[in-house]
Amino acid sequence: MTFYGVIFYVLGIIILAATALAITRRNPMHAVIYLIVSFFGLAPLFYLLGAPLLALLEIIIYAGAIMVLFIFIVMMLKIDVTPVSAGQWLKQWFPALSLSAISGLTMVFLIWQGPAPQTLLPLAQASPREFGLFVYRRYWFAVEIASFLLLVALAGAFYLGRKDTNPEEKP
Amino acid sequence: MIAPYSHILILASLLFLMGAACAAARRSLIMILIGVEIMLNAAALAFIAASLRWRHLDGQAFVIFIFAVAAAEVAVGLALIVYAQRRTGSVKADDYQQLQG
Repeated sequence: MTFYGVIFYVLGIIILAATALAITRRNPMHAVIYLIVSFFGLAPLFYLLGAPLLALLEIIIYAGAIMVLFIFIVMMLKIDVTPVSAGQWLKQWFPALSLSAISGLTMVFLIWQGPAPQTLLPLAQASPREFGLFVYRRYWFAVEIASFLLLVALAGAFYLGRKDTNPEEKP
Repeated sequence: MIAPYSHILILASLLFLMGAACAAARRSLIMILIGVEIMLNAAALAFIAASLRWRHLDGQAFVIFIFAVAAAEVAVGLALIVYAQRRTGSVKADDYQQLQG
């Protein structure tokens, strides 16, 4: 196993552990912090797989912008942590975990049966300049659609978040 | 040489299933959104690995659009959570039963 291979497995363990902690926390703030750790582990992995621009975007957009948005909302809404009730584990986690275990086993089996599963990935890097030119040459129309989608999301969030001007409509 | 392609795919599928289990099992709307985020990230990881495996940049281009969709989804989703919390005073998915009367 090469040096890069060791880095990959260490990062994979960090990502899986942080995500497993994030999805089981009762306090949403702790979950968001663990998720930031998971994204910080994912960014070097993207770099290792030859996408330096996407590694930076992962930190700037995901760990920076989206998670800060989550933290704002968690702090804005006073969310009370509900105590654990008996039988909750069986009712909530058992169906979800058993179904994902079944589909996980199926996925691992399919990946193992796929074409050349032991192919070692080469070391390669797409420089940000090359990648940006590629995106704007081949996918310029999709970039326009994505910008329009972000504009619509901005308008929608603004509309939903405005102050209620008609108080008697409230239940 | 980094690692076998299948190991990266297995890591991505484990991440995806963790996100799916979180979205299915948790009751808080914020935790459901976090589960969706984890699933989108796992998809991005699989796309980048495939892009390296076949030496095409298309996979990385798709990840850019995944990021854009995730940002839009989080903005609208969190605005909806704030709106629902204003209407009902709760962020639990079980408490939205106004149509039931």
